[in-house]
Amino acid sequence: MTALSPRTVEKGPVPNSLTTGQLPRFAELYIFGASAVVSGVLLMLIGFDVIGWLVLSAVVYLVLLGILSSLVENRRKAVDRLVRGLVTVAFLLAIIPLVSTLFTVVSKGIGALSFQFITQTGGSAFNPDTLEVTNTPGALQAIVGTLIITGIATLISVPIGLFTSIYLVEYGRPGQWLSRTVTFLVDVMTGIPSIVAGLFAFSLFTIILGPKAFSGFSASVALSVLMIPTVVRACEEMLRLVPHDLREASYALGVSKFATIVRIVLPTAIAGIVTGIMLAIARVIGETAPIFMAASFTDNFNSNPFEGPMQTLPVMAYTGFAFPGTDITASNNSAWGAALLLVILVVILNLIARVIAKVFAPKGSR
Amino acid sequence: MSKRIEVKDLNVYYSDFLAVEGVSITIEPRTVTAFIGPSGCGKSTFLRTLNRMHEVIPGAHVKGEVIIDGNDLYAPGVDPVMVRRQVGMVFQRANPFPTMSIRDNVLAGLKLNNKRISKSEGDDMVEKGLRGANLWNEVKDRLNLPGGGLSGGQQQRLCIARAITVSPDVLLMDEPCSALDPISTLAIEDLIKELKEEYTIVIVTHNMQQASRVSDRTAFFNIAGTGKPGKLIEYDDTTTIFSNPTVKDTEDYVSGRFG
Repeated sequence: MTALSPRTVEKGPVPNSLTTGQLPRFAELYIFGASAVVSGVLLMLIGFDVIGWLVLSAVVYLVLLGILSSLVENRRKAVDRLVRGLVTVAFLLAIIPLVSTLFTVVSKGIGALSFQFITQTGGSAFNPDTLEVTNTPGALQAIVGTLIITGIATLISVPIGLFTSIYLVEYGRPGQWLSRTVTFLVDVMTGIPSIVAGLFAFSLFTIILGPKAFSGFSASVALSVLMIPTVVRACEEMLRLVPHDLREASYALGVSKFATIVRIVLPTAIAGIVTGIMLAIARVIGETAPIFMAASFTDNFNSNPFEGPMQTLPVMAYTGFAFPGTDITASNNSAWGAALLLVILVVILNLIARVIAKVFAPKGSR
Repeated sequence: MSKRIEVKDLNVYYSDFLAVEGVSITIEPRTVTAFIGPSGCGKSTFLRTLNRMHEVIPGAHVKGEVIIDGNDLYAPGVDPVMVRRQVGMVFQRANPFPTMSIRDNVLAGLKLNNKRISKSEGDDMVEKGLRGANLWNEVKDRLNLPGGGLSGGQQQRLCIARAITVSPDVLLMDEPCSALDPISTLAIEDLIKELKEEYTIVIVTHNMQQASRVSDRTAFFNIAGTGKPGKLIEYDDTTTIFSNPTVKDTEDYVSGRFG
């Protein structure tokens, strides 16, 4: 009988025998504090630096936590705590470059950002009388160019991508050679380096229109080469998520396949499809190399995508650094401003995607 | 409205696999016919051939004849879409369209086929369909709410309302109550008895009490073993099947000795 319940003979007030044999509630916090102090003191002896301190604390923390937990608790809990610690460290590591990039862009770009920067065409003007060069900061030409080029790229890619995914999900059968080939080509297209897409569009339009065939449309073609596989993939995933039951229910009502796809499958998947398309747009809107090749760059305001070079935000950021004007600081400043504008644009697109997904999402389902 | 179904020597295949072999059966109009049998014996597969839903699965096909009022469903040139407008179906799992309101779900069959219906006509049809499915009193105040928000039993009755609003001649039901509680089951069984006045009904069920409660005639399907085709063993009046079957297997099954 005595061997039956050894846990009930613990010393001290034990309200619940199920909670014995555990580290205290905030043990992880205490141990982290302790390891931070210990590694701080250790580093003081050989010379303190922040990164080394953080790394050392993380290592000390993991080792200490593992040992303590395996002593006090059981093996399962020790492993659990250790892995949780590792995952947290990995998460923090992943966050560092993101936060650092965002911080740099915002802190450097915020100075360039103003109402004028958004609403006027920038560039330098040369006054022949005074021989003076005046710089006007402005990104209107780049904002307009980015919106036009990405807009046209979206108009090209979304129908092609959506129809391809409808074919793959609704018509193509898994073993069929055509759908296998399409899937394979989409996979290959996903891996095309963006510079190759730029070269493709540039050479295509050079063949058709002759040399110096820079145009916004050419850049749009380059971007759609990059965008189509992303759109196909996203839409395919979303269409496959639509339960087969719904298609059968529709067929059983004597509805044709076409009407089933258009009126049942697409509305059910629309939220995911819109999100996928928005993410694809956000992905290509920051492409620099293909646009730089196909649309070149300019300081002039050009809203005609079929004629002449067009400026875009990523190219503006690039040229501001690579080919600064006479006033190098001003060029760099406007480059940072363009970068920040681009980030803001992507954030806006993502927000729109979220709102649309919310609005279209099927309601009341469980 | 309701029509006679004659099936002559029907073989049902999934690609090369023969799933159901040599079924011949005549289903009279304005009756309820129940298909019973152990799992995997091909009841549902056979049921789905009666409105050409079987061929929705890639590679699935049939050999033989299914004749509804003199017309062979599987004659060359027959549009399966037209067949399904005459032969409606209710599935095992309630599947209202999640993007549509209750009202739109009821009218889905008409709207998706691009029939123009006026508001008042639509209102009448919604009320008729929902009353027909015994759901009107429960949902009449929330017709514009999504159909997915109803309880399981209500969703299933919504699906029945949806199926009868396209006014088919035959209604196929594939285990319509298997996911429902006894009260919802009772509601649907009562409904089946009412619908019998107007429609030819074929119901697949695993519940033998249900078969004996609602059906006029019962068909017993069985399978010799895994990988072998399912066969129609016996088809007779429900009372005969449950009290005095001619085949030993049927007796064993309905008395619960196997299956």
